[in-house]
Amino acid sequence: MKSQAFQKVYTKLNNITKATVSLTAKNVGYDEMAVVNGRMAQVVKIVGDQVVLQVFSGTEGIPTDAEITFLGNPPQIKVSDELSGRFFNAYGDPIDGGPDIEGEIREIGGPSVNPVRREQPSQLIATGIAGIDLNNSLVSGQKIPFFADSDQPYNQVMANVALRAKADKIILGGMGLSNDDYLYFKQVFDNAGALDRIISFVNTTEDPPVERLLVPDMALTAAEYFAVDKNESVLVLLTDMTLFADALSIVSNRMDQIPSKDSMPGSLYSDLAKIYEKAVQFPTGGSITIVAVTTLSGGDITHAIPDNTGYITEGQLFLRRDTDIGKVIVDPFRSLSRLKQLVIGKQTREDHPQVMNAAVRLYADAASARTKLENGFDLTDYDERTLDFAKDYSEKLLAIDVNVDTDTMLDIAWKLFSTYFSKAEVGIKKELVDKYWKK
Amino acid sequence: MEKNDKTTGTVSGIIANLVVVDIYGPVGQNEICYIAHNEERLMAEVIKVTGKQAYVQVFESTRGLRPGSKVEFEGHMLEVTLGPGMLSRNYDGLQNDLDKMDGVFLKRGEYTDPLDRKKKWNFKPIASKGDEVVAGDWLGEVEENGMPHRIMVPFKLEGTYKIKSIAKEGEYTVDDEIAVIEDNNGDTISVNMVQKWPVKVPIKTYKEKPRPFKLLETGVRCIDTLNPITEGGTGFIPGPFGTGKTVLQHAISKQAEADIVIMAACGERANEVVEIFKEFPELDDPRTGKKLIERTTIIANTSNMPVAAREASVYTAMTLAEYYRSMGLKVLLMADSTSRWAQALREMSNRLEELPGPDAFPMDLSAIISNFYSRAGFVYLNNGKTGSITFIGTVSPAGGNLKEPVTENTRKAARCFYGLSQDRADSKRYPAIDPIDSYSKYLEYPELQKTLGESLDEHWLDNVLKSKDVLLRGKEANEQINILGDDGVPIDFHERFWKAELIDFVILQQDAFDKVDASTPLKRQKYMLEKVLGIVDTDFEFRHFEEVGDFFKRIINQFKQMNYSEFESDKFKGFEKELDEMLKEHAVEEKKKEEEAV
Repeated sequence: MKSQAFQKVYTKLNNITKATVSLTAKNVGYDEMAVVNGRMAQVVKIVGDQVVLQVFSGTEGIPTDAEITFLGNPPQIKVSDELSGRFFNAYGDPIDGGPDIEGEIREIGGPSVNPVRREQPSQLIATGIAGIDLNNSLVSGQKIPFFADSDQPYNQVMANVALRAKADKIILGGMGLSNDDYLYFKQVFDNAGALDRIISFVNTTEDPPVERLLVPDMALTAAEYFAVDKNESVLVLLTDMTLFADALSIVSNRMDQIPSKDSMPGSLYSDLAKIYEKAVQFPTGGSITIVAVTTLSGGDITHAIPDNTGYITEGQLFLRRDTDIGKVIVDPFRSLSRLKQLVIGKQTREDHPQVMNAAVRLYADAASARTKLENGFDLTDYDERTLDFAKDYSEKLLAIDVNVDTDTMLDIAWKLFSTYFSKAEVGIKKELVDKYWKK
Repeated sequence: MEKNDKTTGTVSGIIANLVVVDIYGPVGQNEICYIAHNEERLMAEVIKVTGKQAYVQVFESTRGLRPGSKVEFEGHMLEVTLGPGMLSRNYDGLQNDLDKMDGVFLKRGEYTDPLDRKKKWNFKPIASKGDEVVAGDWLGEVEENGMPHRIMVPFKLEGTYKIKSIAKEGEYTVDDEIAVIEDNNGDTISVNMVQKWPVKVPIKTYKEKPRPFKLLETGVRCIDTLNPITEGGTGFIPGPFGTGKTVLQHAISKQAEADIVIMAACGERANEVVEIFKEFPELDDPRTGKKLIERTTIIANTSNMPVAAREASVYTAMTLAEYYRSMGLKVLLMADSTSRWAQALREMSNRLEELPGPDAFPMDLSAIISNFYSRAGFVYLNNGKTGSITFIGTVSPAGGNLKEPVTENTRKAARCFYGLSQDRADSKRYPAIDPIDSYSKYLEYPELQKTLGESLDEHWLDNVLKSKDVLLRGKEANEQINILGDDGVPIDFHERFWKAELIDFVILQQDAFDKVDASTPLKRQKYMLEKVLGIVDTDFEFRHFEEVGDFFKRIINQFKQMNYSEFESDKFKGFEKELDEMLKEHAVEEKKKEEEAV
């Protein structure tokens, strides 16, 4: 993102704070980009002729006589097919040593889709992971995050989902990605021979945190290009949105805003919604699906970041280590895909909804049985059976290493039902029991 | 606030969507203005004035806006345009017709007409020449989607008027004059089918607002049976994410016996609105046989649309509801979610650097919420006809904590509380309305008790209260069982627990995605409740606590099959017969009979 034409150069700063500088300047637009001594900055406040700039990489070492030029435009990205297979930084500049991109210039963070022009998401995205496909089916045009503690293998699961999802383009927006994880994604995509349909915008832990704020908009503007102009199905991976929100709170704090819950800015909900709501199914066939990661601290989902995210996204996927089977599973209680109703029993077999609910209910019974056991009470025969069922269910269906098609998942579930329970205990509609009950 | 010369100003400061304007004349609080930005005109509302500067909140993105831009003040507050043709429309929070906009993406500064100016309506006069009328009186009517749409004396007029002339029955556009009215001084006013009204001011052209007394049937058992809402009542649904707020709201709006349904999607997911767009034109209204969309207006200001317009959207929706209520219609207003509206208030309060209240919300949040809820209600109009607005809002409590400011303040304003519980949602007991914590204040109204007694039967209220007791006793028994262990308590405790489970599974839980189970008419609800309570009253005999659970699970399963079958169909009766047989296995009296027979 370089200056395109001759621009007036300012050389006097009035104020410098940790993240912002201000100067006297005229005819400056809100949200406009500027360069302060070679560092990228953006207009965040105008009061009279006083313009406040947020310097993305911080203001360390910036002198009062720094050179400031305004670029006359908000942050932009060049879009074209050349983006495929490339790696960029938060400003959309290549970081893979390749040539600059030629293409059409687009403003990032553009307007929202008119809700009446949206199509209802309807395409099942099969991942082979039963914890997702059976209990929380994904649909194109959906937005869903993984809620995971930092020690869980969310990036691996996400990479698996991405590769199996059969998307035309996969766009990775990495925020505060550790260099190791960045290399992991690069390697996995490369090994799968999928690199040519992947585009990455990466802000690693080595980069200034505030730069992260640009990453989702960069990724999603590129996604809109492929989904709208090329009618492609685009899968956008955003990891880790908690670090994105942290950057928001740093900025709002430096702007002297009154913090609301958990020191987050009061506008957190709108800020996150602007990103997640870019997920859309277009009537012309293109779609943007967002799979994100929100890391939790100690599994706490009442923290403002996961809490606001949960209200915006169409469900959430929880990973949990099941000590009974020694594997990571997709937690059936806390995970939810809100759009699954649009596809289950319609694009999948008719018994899908009831089988899913019955299995989860029985799994819940097992959880109460376990509580009883831990409290030192005797278990009934039914309790014992639920516990056995739970272990099998966890191993054969919930574990993240499962990779089968949905019909097989349903057959496995029926098999488990008939192994451990009577028909009345399972409580499924009679017509379905008659048809699918395994003898 | 009407004035002839428009006040002008220039932009002098910009902080996100808060813009500071140097003003060259008088401006009013909440006055609407337009900021010229290149070719676009951005709409904004005055929210604070200090000396020569007005602070305005812009209903659009302010990206690229520069100081020095010209501003024009309109001399009125944010208004909606009211007239026939608003049903089955999709509006944004400022009542722009979304379908009239070009392109896939929303364009900044594009404002579209909410009404169809060319369409001809078949007008029939109701009033006649010489009649004395006041604001809100019916002059005539047109038919809008099969519903009578009354053309009223403009709400803004004060005092009494005499009708000087009124149009004959015939085809007119909304802008054609349909009446001329005259005030005491002989000044005349031409009336057409369109009028404007500021959204933040309640329309009060009714005679009386009594306490609500009539149940509003929603088809949702745990509402109608246990905690009913009334015509003109208010309720709210707080619940952590994932507990089914929106599914429940959609169910209510599909099934409720209302003439008009207005849905305000306020700062929520766009895909949920799309679901309504796509489903409602397909679904039949069980009462009229028409499509649901024909009685519905949608106000969609989704979470990615501008924040200031989000605040306006709930007021826009309420004003439309008040307009239809003045026509003597039963209006159901749903707002999902009022928390997003409160957050919009918070964002602005924050930018204005006001001293914050709890959780950084503005201090007057409580008053704002109460004022809004108080606009709902059942009314007697001047002509003796009735109309109502039943309002149900959802609340999205931060962190699922029901002690947070929005929930707390809404609790003070709304009369029904449908608290969604995370535990119930986790164990897939939908709708996840907590049967113990939720309440309907209306059940305590003698007015409602009377109409319930008349429409159902005199024992109805006792039965409802009894089921609540059974549920509570079951919960207590369950706690005891959990503390003392299955065999540490008398078998009686297990029976008590399972009788509560019976009510839970058969009455409270309902499958919103099953064709039959999704909506239960009141008559069927009564039948099922009596059937279930009959079992609750039966004495059973068990030898071992394990028998209790096994027995009741079978009973519940049988009941569920009944819930999935058409009421009083052969299938339904078949399941019922099997159920009755099953009950004999452990019923004490049956056993006695058997013994006597032997």
